[in-house]
Amino acid sequence: MIEGILIGLQTALSLKNILMVMMGCFFGTIIGMLPGLGPMTAIALMIPITYGFEPSTGLILMAGVYYGAVFGGSTSSILINAPGVPGTVATAFDGYPMAQQGKAGKALAIAAYSSFAGGTISAIFLLFAAPSLSKVSLAFRSPDYFALMVLGLTAVSAFSSKGQFLKAMMMVILGLMLATVGQDSLSDITRFTFNNMNLTDGISFVLVVMATFAMSEALTIILKGKDPSRATEQISLSQLGSIRLDKEERNKMLKSIPRSSVLGFLIGVLPGAGATIASFLAYGMERNYVNEEEKQKFGKGSVHGLAAPETANNAACSGSFVPLLTLGIPGSGTTAVMLGALLGFGIQPGPRLYMTNPEIFWSVIMSMYIGMVILLILNLPLIPYIARVLATPKNFLIPLILFFSVTGIYLMSFNNFDIFLMIGIAVVATFLRLYNFPMPPLILAFVLGALMEENLRRSLLISNGSFNFLWDRPLTAIILAFTIIIISWQAYKSFKK
Amino acid sequence: MLNLFKKVISVLFATILTFSATTSSFAIDKLHFVIGGGAGGGWDGTARGTGEALTKSGMLKSASFENMSGGGGGKALAFMINTKPADTILVQSTPLVLRSITRHKGYVKDGGSGVISYKDVVPIAGVIGDYGAIAVAKDSPFKNFKDVVNAYKKDPSSVKMAGGSVRGSMDHLIGALAFQEAGADPNKVIYVPYDAGGKALAGLLSGETQILSTGLGEVMGARDQVRIIGITAPKRVSDAPEVPTLKEQGFDVQFVNWRGFFGPPGMSSSMKNEIAKMLGDVQKTSEWEAVRKRNAWVNIYNPGDKFVSFLEKQTVEMTALMKKLGVI
Repeated sequence: MIEGILIGLQTALSLKNILMVMMGCFFGTIIGMLPGLGPMTAIALMIPITYGFEPSTGLILMAGVYYGAVFGGSTSSILINAPGVPGTVATAFDGYPMAQQGKAGKALAIAAYSSFAGGTISAIFLLFAAPSLSKVSLAFRSPDYFALMVLGLTAVSAFSSKGQFLKAMMMVILGLMLATVGQDSLSDITRFTFNNMNLTDGISFVLVVMATFAMSEALTIILKGKDPSRATEQISLSQLGSIRLDKEERNKMLKSIPRSSVLGFLIGVLPGAGATIASFLAYGMERNYVNEEEKQKFGKGSVHGLAAPETANNAACSGSFVPLLTLGIPGSGTTAVMLGALLGFGIQPGPRLYMTNPEIFWSVIMSMYIGMVILLILNLPLIPYIARVLATPKNFLIPLILFFSVTGIYLMSFNNFDIFLMIGIAVVATFLRLYNFPMPPLILAFVLGALMEENLRRSLLISNGSFNFLWDRPLTAIILAFTIIIISWQAYKSFKK
Repeated sequence: MLNLFKKVISVLFATILTFSATTSSFAIDKLHFVIGGGAGGGWDGTARGTGEALTKSGMLKSASFENMSGGGGGKALAFMINTKPADTILVQSTPLVLRSITRHKGYVKDGGSGVISYKDVVPIAGVIGDYGAIAVAKDSPFKNFKDVVNAYKKDPSSVKMAGGSVRGSMDHLIGALAFQEAGADPNKVIYVPYDAGGKALAGLLSGETQILSTGLGEVMGARDQVRIIGITAPKRVSDAPEVPTLKEQGFDVQFVNWRGFFGPPGMSSSMKNEIAKMLGDVQKTSEWEAVRKRNAWVNIYNPGDKFVSFLEKQTVEMTALMKKLGVI
């Protein structure tokens, strides 16, 4: 392994590769910050540039863009409540209220520190555990995935604390319903497509996020006209406030980071679950973890609620490289794009990658450390300057958000239909917002719903139609038991009130 | 979103080409490839690889590419049929035959009642192929396909077959063909679908399924974790000489997932023949060999009428099997 690290350092520390990391981080941050342009778009933009590069250089650049975008995405989540990337949706839950309270600088600092810590800690895990970790993720079977998704859905209760339980549950059901549109994953039957070919592949996750967040946010602002809360928001944009954290905030953050790093990394390692699910799960878990007093602050600017998803989404980024590099299975949509790019280089990632191309394997891991330091610099001392991108007055910002939503979704699929679909969903979401329906449960249910159904049905198929799979394996049973404990604990507490 | 730049560039190219295409010379010097799926997929690799070999070897001045995903390739197909674009070819593969058998209706713009089949476009040539493969985990008790059949005959529910796509898809049919040849009822074999080949492989390795039925290309890279116990080729392939065919084990199963190119309806036969000839000639160049090797393709050049009769034969075979499986 020492030998590998040396090979990796040698490659990663070459002038060209350091430049690539810097370039990747910078562009990633900017692109990630703009609502509608996520890491996938950012990496897609890099693919033609990397043609002709050595594979390791190309991958280093793309990895830099990836975590740069996840870093940058948190900035727009916090400042304008329009998550730049899906992985930072959960960041907005507490980051945005914090910014509205005039603590935007602090929120950005917490996000930057947490991201840095999450990314670095998880890169260390990646270094030491990559080969053996692929075995852990391989041991997961369909029932375990199903149990994990159910566990994920319990995070919904985190959004229903404001006496909106019924509304939250309605949004969950709406999310689950939206997830069923398209070709059924086990047979080739299409559901709820109205014989429209554009719906055969289902509704894209990015589209739903853009419609329910970026676009409907902009529309709500227009409809509400002069909302007094917007004035404070305007202040938080032009004056970020101090980025120094006091002792209490630092302690809270340091408590959240370790557990969220581990969780984020593990989720990232699982094939199919990336930064987005990791951040939601971390948010839900964190809420279950803290004391009663702190729990009340969730959704209103809690330090824990901000640090946890930010740590987890960056940890998941590094984690998702494990299945990519050791199995050739993409752990997230973004690593799927990278897999495509690697294949374009003529490299087949898989169990043999680090025997046949050790320089790629190790240099990517090594470049992550360099990237994390660069991102910390970009996102802390320089953030007031970079955030200027977003500190534009509302009458510029709203058209910009709408513009990036529409172009972003079009650049993803080159399909006009998606634009109309997004506008349609955004209009509905805007009305729901005006009646105080929370959007996050919808997103969460939408993400988890399709996976949950697929894994449930596959489990049933494998166990010949019997529900025994729920307790047949210790791993499934443990995850489900954990879920039951969380639910009954919350039920108990709400009864006690 | 996958290859935004490439798309933008290809659109630019297409625009420039349309404007510059005032004089149409006899030989073909430009081709536009329509790809019914996203970047990084099998269709994408085939079109871009072929285009690369054609231009690098100097047989074609320029190649442009357009990804048009949607409806499992149906959208690109409808585009070819409805707009009949000039100098444009569509990359397709075995699923085209399958979709013409199953009920994929209504994807033609007007009317929308017909079932699209390969007969609605002009088959030019099949260029490469991938054989089907049955694989088991390295530590599996199954050493060959006979072991699998024996275990199945003892207890049909003890052998679960994973595949990287839905019921009735190619992965399903490969395994079903093998069981049918072994005298088993293919409809009783439990098929467990995953939504990608990689996930099906992970399912096999996690132990929730016992065998994996998929394309050989999908499992070639994982050979130190899985054992391939049979392929649907007529003889062993040179890239993996240790892998036995199903035929030599006494199960005469042959199946090839072809990939080839199609023209829009109404494409002239001189144009069709010229492109077919070009696709055949390019396979003799070193540039093609480089692309082929990189992607571990198997050259199966199958032009014109031969291609059409092959498609007809495959349609008949697959219809019979799919009826038995109850998917149509």
